[in-house]
Formats: sequence, C-alpha cells, structure tokens
Amino acid sequence: MKPAVFDYHAPRTVDEALGLLAQYGGDAKPLAGGQSLVPTMNFRLAQPAALVDLNGIDELFYLRQGEGGLRCGAMTRQRSVENSTLAQRLSPLLHEAMPHIAHTQIRNRGTIGGSLAHADPAAELPALALALDARFYVRSLTDGRWIAARDYYTGLFTTAMQPEEMLVEAVFPALPAGSGWAFDEVARQHGNYALCGAAAIITQGEDGLVKNAKLVFLSVGEGPVEAFQAANMLVGERPTPEAVRAAADTAATQEIDPVGDIHAGPAFRRHLARVVAQRVLTRAAARASAEVSV
Amino acid sequence: MKHTFTLTVNGRNYEREVEPRLLLSDFLRHDLGLTGTHVGCEHGVCGACTVLLDGEAVRSCLLFAVQASGREVETVESLDSGPQNLHPLQHGFWEAHGLQCGYCTPGILMSLVPFLRENPNPTESEIRDLLSGNICRCTGYQKIVEAVQLGAELIQEKST
Ligand SMILES: Cc1cc2nc3c(=O)[nH]c(=O)nc-3n(C[C@H](O)[C@H](O)[C@H](O)COP(=O)(O)OP(=O)(O)OC[C@H]3O[C@@H](n4cnc5c(N)ncnc54)[C@H](O)[C@@H]3O)c2cc1C
Ligand code: FES
Ligand code: FES
Repeated sequence: MKPAVFDYHAPRTVDEALGLLAQYGGDAKPLAGGQSLVPTMNFRLAQPAALVDLNGIDELFYLRQGEGGLRCGAMTRQRSVENSTLAQRLSPLLHEAMPHIAHTQIRNRGTIGGSLAHADPAAELPALALALDARFYVRSLTDGRWIAARDYYTGLFTTAMQPEEMLVEAVFPALPAGSGWAFDEVARQHGNYALCGAAAIITQGEDGLVKNAKLVFLSVGEGPVEAFQAANMLVGERPTPEAVRAAADTAATQEIDPVGDIHAGPAFRRHLARVVAQRVLTRAAARASAEVSV
Repeated sequence: MKHTFTLTVNGRNYEREVEPRLLLSDFLRHDLGLTGTHVGCEHGVCGACTVLLDGEAVRSCLLFAVQASGREVETVESLDSGPQNLHPLQHGFWEAHGLQCGYCTPGILMSLVPFLRENPNPTESEIRDLLSGNICRCTGYQKIVEAVQLGAELIQEKST
C-alpha cells in the first residue's frame, strides 16, 4: 500500500525540528531511518499530518567518547556503531549486539535514536540501554531533560517522551572494572526479530564473588524486562554453573510473562528465556573472571 | 504540496516535481521507467527493492523519493550495458543458475555490489548472512550462494 498525504519538512538544525514539532502540536512525527515508521505508514497504521525529516541535521550524527561513556547522537546509524572501533572499545556489549538488529540493508538506514524511541518490545536497543543503565537527553523547544533508560520505557511502544519532544542523545556508560557482558538471542532466521533475547552483565570482585549482576530480556513483555530477582540471587555468590542455572530458572518462571504469537507460544518463549539467560550469564561470568584474573 | 528536487540516478541527473509521499521505489519505476527495481512487500522485509543510495544498499520502499534529493542512486540497470556485456556478478548468476523467476534478483545483486566491494573474498557463512536480507521463493538459496562465489571470482579475475 501507499502512505497517506503528509507535509514534508527537512530542517537543518535541532531547533528548527523542534519548532516544527511544536507547530504541529503532536500531529507531526520525526522521521529517522524510516525502517519502522515508513512500513507503518505504507500500511496506513500511521497517518501523521507531517514528517520532520531528521536526516539533514548534521549535529545529530556522532559517536564520541565523553563524560559518562559512549555518547551517541540520535541519528547515528546502527551500521556506524557496528563498524566503530570506538564503540567496540567503550561499549563492547552494545557493539556485540548490533549485528542482531535486522539486516545490513536495514542497519544502513536504521538509527540508534529511532530504535530507542520506537520502543518495540522485540527490539535489541531498548534492552541493551536498560542493561547498560543508559541515559537519554530529550529536548523540546523550551526545555531539555535527562531520562534514565529505566524511567524511559513505560509500556508497549510507549516512552516517557511527549510528542513535541525529541531524543537528541543517548549515553552508554562504560562498565566498571571486573565486568563481563554477553548478548544472545534466538530468531527464526538471522536478522528477524528475536523470539527471545537477553543481555547480561556480571561484575566480579577480586575474591571471585559477584558484586553486581544484571539480566534484561527482550521479546517477552511489553518492553524490555529486567530480571531483578535472578540478578540478586547471584550477588555475593560464585557464578558456578549451578548458581547460573538457578538464576536463569527463576527469571524464566517468575519474572516474565510472555504472550504468544504465530511464531512462538508463551511456554516456548519461557523455555527460550531460560536457555538464553543461562547462555548469557555463563558467558558474562566467564568474561568477568578473565578480567579479574589479569 | 509538491516538492521539486534533483538527484542522480545511474549517473544521469534528473529534476522532478513529486508529492512527498511518493516512495523512491515507485519514483524509479513509474516516473523514470526503471522497472528493474522490483517491489514485493513494501515493508522492508523482502529486499526486492534494494538499491544503492550514495553507494550503500538500502530499501527503496522505505525511502521517500524527496529524501534522495541531492544524492546518488544506483539501480540494477547500472550494472550492465546490454546482454553481451553483463556485469561479472550477473555472469556468475547466469552461469551458476542463481535465479529462476528473477523477481528477487535485482535486490540481491544490489545488496551484493557494496558487500563484495568491502569483502571481495567472503566465506559461505558471510554470504548467507548477507542474503538473509533478501527473500527468494524459487531457488532455495543454494544456487544463489554458488552464484555469489562465482561472481566474486569473476570480479577478481577482471580486476587483475
Ligand atoms: C525487515 C526489518 C527487520 C527488522 N528487524 C529488526 C530487529 O531484528 N531488531 C530491531 O530492533 N529492529 C528491527 N527493525 C527495525 C529497525 O531496527 C529500525 O531501524 C528501528 O526500529 C527504528 O529506527 P529508525 O531510525 O528506522 O526510526 P524510524 O522508523 O524513522 O522511527 C521510529 C519511530 O521513532 C520516532 N523517532 C525517530 N527518531 C526519533 C527521535 N530522535 N526522537 C523522537 N522520536 C523519534 C519516529 O517518529 C517513529 O515513531 C527491522 C526493520 C525491518 C524493516
Ligand atoms: S519491497 Fe522493499 S523490501 Fe520488499
Ligand atoms: S528467483 Fe524467483 S524469487 Fe528468487
């Protein structure tokens, strides 16, 4: 199908874009990579009165090392993060997960900000942002504020942003010393949306005990789902295979409430969650041990 | 409201007036008559509409034509200059039987051009990974993988 009629604007600055969003009072949408927005417009599930195309705003395309970690302009393409040695060094978890997002041709256009703002429960980036305690800088014409990833995701395809606000930057903090990390997912075919996926971070002390753990799932709830209980079970323990298995079990049976679709029912998703959680926790723990022993 | 814009397609400059909602895929096919770019799903999944935008493979069904303003687009028509003069990749597809109905082929070729430029000697698994972005309902992919391997060899032979 073809999209409905809309006004098209191609501003050159963030201020100009925010002015346009304010002018349309919530009836305009920012157009980032278009890899989620344009399909919904082609199906006429979305019929915005106007599109504010962000692709000509040079100040939104950057990846740099800054205060607080890896700073990423909203329009940075997913493919640029995948190809960036800076991202690999500063945020190896983010970098490792990038090739799981769709296909090369989609990542050439798809942006970090677009995926974070879209808040698809099956998307990798929101789950990674939660695992990494990322922070988002959000602006309107009159105001600017920081929102932590944990406060940003409020439900199915919804965020704490107002329609006249725009995501401008995401900051992915570096991990503390002694940390290991891992990402994994199960998809019907590489590049498809995952049936279930998870990111894990484990920080170990010199004594080999877990100081801090994090486990976040995608595709098993209305947004990214953090498994607090499972993570707490590991803190103060050695991350032995038994401890990891017990934590993965708890996460899969008590901390998620997956719904079924044509690709996988709730029981299968729960099974996948257990398997994926066990894999990522095991890998993250091994990496943490290697860090501590050097 | 219509927008006037200019762009380069396969090395030729065009100036056109279009509605913003016109997809690049439809612009190429209907306004410029370049019907080599195929349209399968119009939601980014099948890959048939893949073209190059400033040298990168992208879905033309997920871009508005006006977004190509001032940019360079390359379609499958840019690859050869007639049946006697196929691009080595097309030759590989011909020889190795990399197509049956041919619906998916233009999108696959345009995905492969930048891929082989970056990685002239891909492994089978890298080839399969790249092909995951293109759906083919005829071949079962095996012949396509072989065609890519042959195409890659032919490109290298030609450049040495
Ligand atoms: C075939 C296919 C497979 C895919 N597979 C996956 C996958 O496996 N995993 C995955 O995570 N994604 C997948 N995607 C989606 C892809 O990653 C998108 O790029 C991403 O979800 C949206 O990013 P975008 O830049 O394209 O945003 P757009 O589509 O342009 O925008 C998405 C939404 O966010 C809003 N928005 C964009 N930027 C901003 C901003 N700066 N501030 C405020 N709001 C903003 C838009 O108004 C829109 O509502 C797939 C897409 C396709 C077509
Ligand atoms: S028509 Fe564009 S991806 Fe299918
Ligand atoms: S050859 Fe027919 S779809 Fe691929």
